[in-house]
Amino acid sequence: MLWTTGLGKFAGGLDPWSQLGCMENEMNRMLSRYAYPTSSEFPAFNVWGTNDQVIVTSEIPGIEPSSIDISVSGTTLTVRGLRDPEQAEKGVSYHRRERWYGKFSKTIELPFTIEAEKVEARFSKGILYITLPRSETEKPRKVKVKSA
Amino acid sequence: MSEVTKEVQDKDRAQVERTRSTNVYTPDVDILEKDDSIIVLADIPGVSESGVDITLEKDVLSIFAKVEPEVPEKHQLLRTEYGIGDYQRSFTISNEIDREKIDATVKNGVLRLVLPKAKAVQTRKITVQAG
Repeated sequence: MLWTTGLGKFAGGLDPWSQLGCMENEMNRMLSRYAYPTSSEFPAFNVWGTNDQVIVTSEIPGIEPSSIDISVSGTTLTVRGLRDPEQAEKGVSYHRRERWYGKFSKTIELPFTIEAEKVEARFSKGILYITLPRSETEKPRKVKVKSA
Repeated sequence: MSEVTKEVQDKDRAQVERTRSTNVYTPDVDILEKDDSIIVLADIPGVSESGVDITLEKDVLSIFAKVEPEVPEKHQLLRTEYGIGDYQRSFTISNEIDREKIDATVKNGVLRLVLPKAKAVQTRKITVQAG
């Protein structure tokens, strides 16, 4: 349509298809939020494992590593923390506020008892890595069968 | 006000295929406006400073962040609650931005983009003359 080209940057705003595209994008974002963290579900964990240990990774960007609290008890792992909002100064107006703020706490069940003393955690580029070795006493032992 | 930073659905871009086969996610953002600048905060966990590519073409600001996935070796994935991939998002910025002074930093997986407004568009008071 020739007449829309004359409107410059407003041309996109009048095009119903681009509006629909924006709406779809927004919907996907909102829906993904329901499938993803609610306050009790945040943050999301990925769990990796071998027979001897599990590695739990979690995306929690913008958190000071020192504010993360990790506790292990038996087969459960609890991660707690806090993300502070950007300090509101005078004369600041928000156009968008989608990022998540506040306290979080999440507990998950692991496949075996953890050697709590040997748990290690590392925080890099907004991702938390927790390495949890399996308790020695619980590791399976091979039993040799003696022939009579 | 929301006009200032409208999200762009770039139709042309959507049709261009990417060479990397990773997933692409829409990062959560906060956009705030101060008297002298616009600040964009985006959650991009797994991306280091060198992996961020920001372009401002005409009035379209595009953020692309390339993730460097750290996957534990010889481990089996037992539970997945989040996916790993690159981040991409575009906005139209209707304010005049001082392009030379755009500043981007990445800390703890959060991109902080400071777009200083050009001097000419910083608050101008217009007095109405009584006729």
